Amino acid sequence: MTDAVDPFEAIKVVFFQECDELLGDLETGLLAIQSGSADDETIHAVFRAVHSVKGGAGAFGLDDLVRFAHVFETLLDELRAGRRPCDEPTLNALLRAADVLADHVAAARGQGAPVEPARSAGLVAELEALTHGDVAPVAETVVETVAPLPVEADEFGFKPIAFDLSSLDAPAVAEPSGGWRIVLHPHAQMYAKANETGLLLRELARLGPVAVSLDTSALPDLAEMSPEDAYLSWTIELTGPVDEAAVREVFDFVEADCDLSVRPLDSVATPLPVAQTTPDLDIAALLARATADVPAQPEPAPVVAIPFPTPAPEPVPVAARVQATPTPAATPAPAQAPAAAPTPPAAVTIRVDLERVDRLINVVGELVIQQAMLAQRVTESGLARSSGISVGLEDLELLTREIQDSVMAIRAQPVKSVFQRMPRLVREVGEMTGKRVRLVTAGEDTEVDKTVVERLAEPITHMLRNAIDHGLESPDDRVAAGKPAEGTVKLVALHRSGRIVIEISDDGRGINRERVKGIAAAKGLIADDADLSDEEIDNLIFLPGFSTAETISDVSGRGVGMDVVKRSIQALGGRISIASNPGKGSTFTLSLPLTLAVLDGMVVAAAEQTLVAPLTAIVESLTPRVQDVHHVGGHDAVIRFRDEFVPLIDVALNMGFRDTPVPPSTGVAVVIETEAGFRAALLFDAIQGQRQVVIKSLETNYQQVEGVAAATILGDGRVALILDVDAIVATARRKTTRPELKLAS
Amino acid sequence: MTEQFSTPAAASRELIAFRIGEQEFCVDIMAVREIRGWTPATPLPRSPGFMKGVINLRGAVLPIIDLGVRFGLTTSEPTARHVIMVAHIGGRLVGLLVDAVSDIIQLRDEEVQPTPDVASDHVKAFVKGIFALDGRMISLIELDRILPETEAEAA
Repeated sequence: MTDAVDPFEAIKVVFFQECDELLGDLETGLLAIQSGSADDETIHAVFRAVHSVKGGAGAFGLDDLVRFAHVFETLLDELRAGRRPCDEPTLNALLRAADVLADHVAAARGQGAPVEPARSAGLVAELEALTHGDVAPVAETVVETVAPLPVEADEFGFKPIAFDLSSLDAPAVAEPSGGWRIVLHPHAQMYAKANETGLLLRELARLGPVAVSLDTSALPDLAEMSPEDAYLSWTIELTGPVDEAAVREVFDFVEADCDLSVRPLDSVATPLPVAQTTPDLDIAALLARATADVPAQPEPAPVVAIPFPTPAPEPVPVAARVQATPTPAATPAPAQAPAAAPTPPAAVTIRVDLERVDRLINVVGELVIQQAMLAQRVTESGLARSSGISVGLEDLELLTREIQDSVMAIRAQPVKSVFQRMPRLVREVGEMTGKRVRLVTAGEDTEVDKTVVERLAEPITHMLRNAIDHGLESPDDRVAAGKPAEGTVKLVALHRSGRIVIEISDDGRGINRERVKGIAAAKGLIADDADLSDEEIDNLIFLPGFSTAETISDVSGRGVGMDVVKRSIQALGGRISIASNPGKGSTFTLSLPLTLAVLDGMVVAAAEQTLVAPLTAIVESLTPRVQDVHHVGGHDAVIRFRDEFVPLIDVALNMGFRDTPVPPSTGVAVVIETEAGFRAALLFDAIQGQRQVVIKSLETNYQQVEGVAAATILGDGRVALILDVDAIVATARRKTTRPELKLAS
Repeated sequence: MTEQFSTPAAASRELIAFRIGEQEFCVDIMAVREIRGWTPATPLPRSPGFMKGVINLRGAVLPIIDLGVRFGLTTSEPTARHVIMVAHIGGRLVGLLVDAVSDIIQLRDEEVQPTPDVASDHVKAFVKGIFALDGRMISLIELDRILPETEAEAA
């Protein structure tokens, strides 16, 4: 089906996928620089990311994106060349620029509104100001003018000593000079990306008369020569009134992969001692020395004397094509070129349509059920013990499990994709609230099912906002409290006992328990004189209708509180808890299942029906003793659980499977805790066991049913309903006319 | 089969006929995906009486509607002889519990007569029209109105 897609569109899709990765690299790099953990390579990686985005965008004619990326890139170039200090204002501007660049990409992709021109232009101005040193202390005489394509330096840091780039800025660009001396030294990657020097030379020749000479001084003996390396450099003298920008444009797509210097012809100082040898002779000499079986030098380009366009001898590395490991991409699509950056031991991955994976998972889910059914039937028929069938069945079970695990692993994704979005959020919230925040993340590579990853973003976003807005103090308060002015928020992911745990901690003021208690009492959530433990008070913030923000701020007070976070986490089968240390900070811990496709449940029986109760909701189970069950009013029973009376709900009665109540002592009571934190005991006839079940939606073919979260298929092939304990408790409470239970009863 | 009709191009379609009690009904054969025997369904709480519950159809959870109850006819307990027609209704798969599948018939649209006024409003909600075949009267069912929420929309 993908065949039908327009190839250009397909490439574009790949480009945007790569953009995501590049933007991630960009952000990671900038943050590394900010945290001081960057090395020399980091700034280059950052530059490359922006450059690659620009390059691809150019190929697709995404002009807004190209323009912005260009300004961005120009500043980065100044930084990596060391001409600008990478101080904090610069870094902040860069981070904001990364955000805007991401918005530009999203806009170009059709996801999200076009970037407000004012916002983009504002940053462009800021970046340009930084580029031109308006704020930089280094008083260099930079006379760059903002031409449509401002000057770029092209040294890529591989050979920092190669030439003095700062001199590049010295000649004024505005006035057209008599010509240019262009020194081009391609790197091996340039060829690996299927660029050819010959084509570049031909392009240059279009601008004016050129004289090209080849420098082979770096050429080693054939025996030492690597067929994939690039040894040659060219000096091109371009005469005529040509704009420097026009010259540089020729090298736009290769500048990252070569050393390039463009200087006016009359300039005396030539930083690169270009050996004006006669390459024909050199090559002839080399060849004479060469033994026949040694691979030929990949770039056997002789001196090209003008006039062009005589067919430029194309330095196609033929030998390299055959032997090269980083296969030069044959596609001329420039969009692919930047991303094809050589990563020699590249991880072998394929992109697969998610739908196909989902189909596979569904089928495997059915295989698991079918296998369980088969096993049960064989056991029932009494065949199992009497033959080799039981051995075969066991093997089948193991294999089925393995297949299921492997398939689930396909969908597993690192939480990185969510974590990567957070630095931006932290930055924005920090700016909005006037707080200084440093985000520390760990465990980005922790894997979890894709569906879970997707649904993690919202709760994490909300909790980070809360941590900054409510948790952290203002810089002044922090200093007064003897803490560093900059607050730290940690976001950590880890695997723990088959679940993923996400911790969000801040080093702020912690929960003000007196205030929380006061608010809860004022809002009628707890009795005024309730005696609560610290933990209970902390957990009050999860109650619906509780919000400690005195003023509804733009940041976290959007009419939703922690109760919403808790609900969305519990909807995922997760739990949330809080630990707070006054004056030292708070830690929120989320624990989530690794997948949404299966659920740990307790299989129970009620009036001949088999039901599944989600294990996450269950606190404990007990056999009700007659003396512990009391009746309040007519039918409403409560059961004494520890020192608490909790409502006892006969599930079979509640769900209409039975008309008359049975004595509670004949059944089993399962104490559950609802999302709102209320406890209740559900009465079943018996507990059959605990198992993992595959979740099947009822809504696919029918509709939502009150009291039922979903369905599953048990080993006997029958459908069993998964209970929505909250809804059951809610309906039970609706039936009674009792006033709302207070938490502290 | 076209020999029955002088003009094969005329709007003719294939229908699948089934029995509920003494009455015969039919639906468009294209809507029916398969026919299978009755298997006990898991009842759904708080559901209308015609909702028999859900069964496992090769891993999919299939709701079963007792068409007899839905039409306000019989209310016999289903047995192994009862039949479930698995039908596509509005992008969903739904099992329709009927007594037996009786026939596959060809029908031209002009042969369908409007539902007479004697039928109750309840039945008329689902019956698009009636027609005669070999002395039998068969009601053509509008499947889109079978599901509860679509009924609410139609009301």
